[in-house]
Amino acid sequence: MKRSWLSFPYLIWMIIFTVIPLGLILFYSIVRIEDGGMILTMGNFKRVLEPIYLAVFLRSIKIAIISTVICLLLGYPMAMILASKEMSNKSILIVLFVIPMWMNFLARTYAWMTLLEKNGLITTFFNLLGIELPMLLYTESTVILGMVYNFLPFMVLPIYSVLVKIDKAVLEAAEDLGAPPPIVFSRVIFPLSLPGVTSGIIMVFMPALTTFVISRLLGGAHFTLIGNLIEQQFLITRDWGFGSALSVVLMLMIVLTMGFALRYEKENEGGGLW
Amino acid sequence: MVKSVLKKIYTYFIFLFLYAPIIVLIVFSFNDSKSRAHWTGFTFKWYLEMFKDRQIMTSLYYTIGIALASSFIATIIGTVAAVGIVYLKKSLRSVLMDLTYLPVLNPDIVTGISLMLLFILLRFPRGFFTMLLAHITFNLPYVILSVLPKLKQLDNQIYDAALDLGATPSYAFTKVVLPQIAPGIFTGFLLAMTMSIDDFVISFFTTGPGVSNLAITIYSMARKGVSPKINATLSLLFASVVLLLLIVNNRMTGDNNRKERMV
Repeated sequence: MKRSWLSFPYLIWMIIFTVIPLGLILFYSIVRIEDGGMILTMGNFKRVLEPIYLAVFLRSIKIAIISTVICLLLGYPMAMILASKEMSNKSILIVLFVIPMWMNFLARTYAWMTLLEKNGLITTFFNLLGIELPMLLYTESTVILGMVYNFLPFMVLPIYSVLVKIDKAVLEAAEDLGAPPPIVFSRVIFPLSLPGVTSGIIMVFMPALTTFVISRLLGGAHFTLIGNLIEQQFLITRDWGFGSALSVVLMLMIVLTMGFALRYEKENEGGGLW
Repeated sequence: MVKSVLKKIYTYFIFLFLYAPIIVLIVFSFNDSKSRAHWTGFTFKWYLEMFKDRQIMTSLYYTIGIALASSFIATIIGTVAAVGIVYLKKSLRSVLMDLTYLPVLNPDIVTGISLMLLFILLRFPRGFFTMLLAHITFNLPYVILSVLPKLKQLDNQIYDAALDLGATPSYAFTKVVLPQIAPGIFTGFLLAMTMSIDDFVISFFTTGPGVSNLAITIYSMARKGVSPKINATLSLLFASVVLLLLIVNNRMTGDNNRKERMV
């Protein structure tokens, strides 16, 4: 039964196309190549700490946190409604909820561009009512709106999948023992749904932190998040060292968030969405 | 009573939020003028222009070609690897599983850039081939994660029984094991196709001049401003994805019904 060798082509593939490329990023972040010689340097990481770049990081984190919180506030009630059994056409509702995700996220972002632009539907509508709107596109709020719109299902679905699995008998027991609905929610439902909330937060926070497309299309050419900064280093200024250092910091932030979030999720098998 | 009305209103509100932009996008792909706010009459002309647009059509072919080729290759390598992973020693298996989760968890932009660096250093001219390699790489984990659970559900005794009854290992594999893990392979293939069609970030960094998929074309067109032609392309793409997934869904529930009837 020696069939384990069957996995070796895959192993080799992953080493060539995943491990080595990530190694390259690490390499370029700490090594400067000069006149054929290589110098070990921390200069790239020091540059990350410069005020302009630190501001970009803080702004990205702030926007990602705001988007995640809005997704949680909007998404949790929605997940509860989807999971509640009074809803007669529940399965249709869930399909309807997933369908927008089948549209490419670029398309979804583009759709907002056409709605919010100067001659778009929303501004025209308010002009008809005699209300002059300020420029809607290319602001921080627009970027947050785009993130919430794109990532809301990532918050709702994991929470929903945990909520439907909660044993109704537990809720009835709490009610029988005299707990009013708010207490049933805060002491029973919410704690039981935490694994779903955790995966929801990870699944919204991570793409919100790393995106460069939503900020570019809805925030305009001068709206810079970490993702845009990294893209610029590789495609425009061609500063691989600094770009790699930024990528390493970004990866560290993801690892830290994951580690922090997964501490709360030990008993759960994980992978709520799949 | 009040509660259920509130629930309904909230549900309508969220669905309005989710669907309004998409519906507006589709409706204005049929608008006679270029305006995105005034309805001036029904037309198919943007769809005709889309089919005449060389750039859009080539990127459509690239999208379909890369999606089919990358998910096909990833499905083969991934399925074979999944069979091997089951027989690996525990330590090596956990290393391989960590490797499998790595690209799934890694930010797309980092995956894209790291592959770009690799291709530049290997002096691979970036274009169709490098984009294909990148797509196979990010598709592989999804295939493995779809096939592995099916392999773990498998009852090894049935395979042993086939060998006892005189089947060669390869015959037993194709006739006994493969049919049982086929649904997982199919799911993996479809998942890979969807990821590939949907990908923008990794393609953006791994492709070269002249070769772009639909997502890249739309991105570069959208940066220059909006055009009803993009609306038409996106509407058509959305309609075909919905149709495809409905057919798949129908087929799968059809299979289940048939199985139930047999039982």
